[in-house]
Amino acid sequence: MTRPDRAPPPSLDGYLARSAARLPDKAALACGGRRLTYAEIAGAAAALAGALAARGVGRGDRVVVFMDNSAEAAVSFWGVLGAGAVAVMVNPLTKADKLAYLIADSGARALLTEAHLAPAFAPAAARSPGLAACLVAGALDPARLAARPPGLGAFAAALAEGAPPPPRRADPADLAALIYTSGTTGEPKGVMHEHRGLVAAAESIAAYLENAEDDVCLGVLPLAFGYGLFQMIVAFAVGARLVLERGFAYPAKVLEVMAAERVTGFAGVPALYAMLAGMASIGGYDFSSVRYLTNAAAALPSKHVGRLREIFPRAKIFSMYGQTECIRACYLPPELVDRKPESVGVAIPGAEAWVEGEAGERLGPGEVGELVLRGPTLMRGYWGRPAATALKLRPGPGGGERVLHTGDRFRLDGEGHLHFVARADDVIKSRGEKVSPREVENAIVAIGGVREAAVIGVPDPVLGQAVKAFVVLEAGASLSEKDVQRECQQRLESFMVPKHVAFVADLPKTDTGKIKKTGLA
Amino acid sequence: MTTAIRDEVRTFITTNFYVPDAGALADDASLLDLGVVDSTGVLELVGFLEDKYGFKVDDAELVPDNLDSIARIVGFVERKRA
Repeated sequence: MTRPDRAPPPSLDGYLARSAARLPDKAALACGGRRLTYAEIAGAAAALAGALAARGVGRGDRVVVFMDNSAEAAVSFWGVLGAGAVAVMVNPLTKADKLAYLIADSGARALLTEAHLAPAFAPAAARSPGLAACLVAGALDPARLAARPPGLGAFAAALAEGAPPPPRRADPADLAALIYTSGTTGEPKGVMHEHRGLVAAAESIAAYLENAEDDVCLGVLPLAFGYGLFQMIVAFAVGARLVLERGFAYPAKVLEVMAAERVTGFAGVPALYAMLAGMASIGGYDFSSVRYLTNAAAALPSKHVGRLREIFPRAKIFSMYGQTECIRACYLPPELVDRKPESVGVAIPGAEAWVEGEAGERLGPGEVGELVLRGPTLMRGYWGRPAATALKLRPGPGGGERVLHTGDRFRLDGEGHLHFVARADDVIKSRGEKVSPREVENAIVAIGGVREAAVIGVPDPVLGQAVKAFVVLEAGASLSEKDVQRECQQRLESFMVPKHVAFVADLPKTDTGKIKKTGLA
Repeated sequence: MTTAIRDEVRTFITTNFYVPDAGALADDASLLDLGVVDSTGVLELVGFLEDKYGFKVDDAELVPDNLDSIARIVGFVERKRA
């Protein structure tokens, strides 16, 4: 039961305010050797809210946060909300062209970023006339910038200005975040989430994971990823501690931090668990503090479950499924993971999930159909894309309501547990990230000497799926696998760069001339 | 720092990963900060070091202190071969 003092706040940033009032001196965040208390984070967020307001950023304005997982990124998220604005967290791997697209598509008023990301943000910001401010954390030498962004200033100096935060009108129906996601069209879409939806998701997740104040949650996934962002939101909602790592490039380092910080909960994706399960010399650390692990993005192979139990003997393992459009849809109660390793269980608390047939009928056990979700965590829609929104959010059974059509194929078993069958579209899931084949194909075809390209996902023991490209060259052109990968690296986030490139004379086509991918492998 | 190893490592990094301005890549610059390598990049780098210099990298050695700049990689190779 919710304690009276823990009733959900009207807006998401109410969580930080509440934890800062209750636990001002508790270390809320451990990141890169630094520790910040709740009072420090709330103070910095308020200072940022004031600085943004002083630069003309107000209620409903979008602010792009383009940063690594860092203390500044955490402060930025809450500071943007404190200004009444909408946080657009962008993956730090994003390259200049795509960043410029995201700034333009969201109509962002401000950009918060970090000096070491200058090769991407400087050219992007320079061609974003809508930006009123660009605040950069870390040591930046403006003379070395290829182009000077509008409203350029130092992040720390802006916080030190002491501008008071604007009066906060905590409206649950206000937009809190746009989370960009890739679809089959290759055009990233901004998923609109309201404060009340994100609060509902935080309450639901904290309920089934039984998160409490004594938790120490480890976040290694990017805050730009809904799953990574919710590590922070839920930790701050319950007054726990967040240990934020830049990523999983150095697994040994992350394990060391995990043991040293006495981490209790860890959110991962199959690629991370595969890396952990494959490490030979994991011993020597005491992981008895770890009480739960969560997995999302794709099924956790059952062979890894056994190895994870050896490494984390006390941990419950939660298999989950979600989409950016609803944050989280379902989870498998951990006592079932051995008996039903392939299942993602039941709808999260507060939501309802069912499997629907072509005619909109609810299907029974064993029948395969589309997973539909009804509940308080659904997105408001896609930013500026009513047609795409209408395909995804459709009239529900209750009348006058909208429910989420996930697009993914599921079936129920005889005990009412959900099983993922297939994605309805051809989006590739690699390293837990969504890769749009179209976006990769567009990048490859833009390379001089390439005539056409087709991109598919192939099974990969570590990545889940690896991106594989089939490339047809122009007559006389000569490119190597490395050439294609290097060119892709200039245009795409690294997780989208094909791991395998096969050169072929021709691609199989359908009668209408479309590339037929079913024949490729 | 051994010049030959430094040149070999630098060549591997600048030809296998996307480095906007290879000439400006300082020996002590963090490869992670610059976005030059990520988690799969680290594994590729380790594969290169093992093949080229004939030693085995332990999982516990996969730490930024050993691998996060050209200078650190060269130091790591020298220690491993000592």
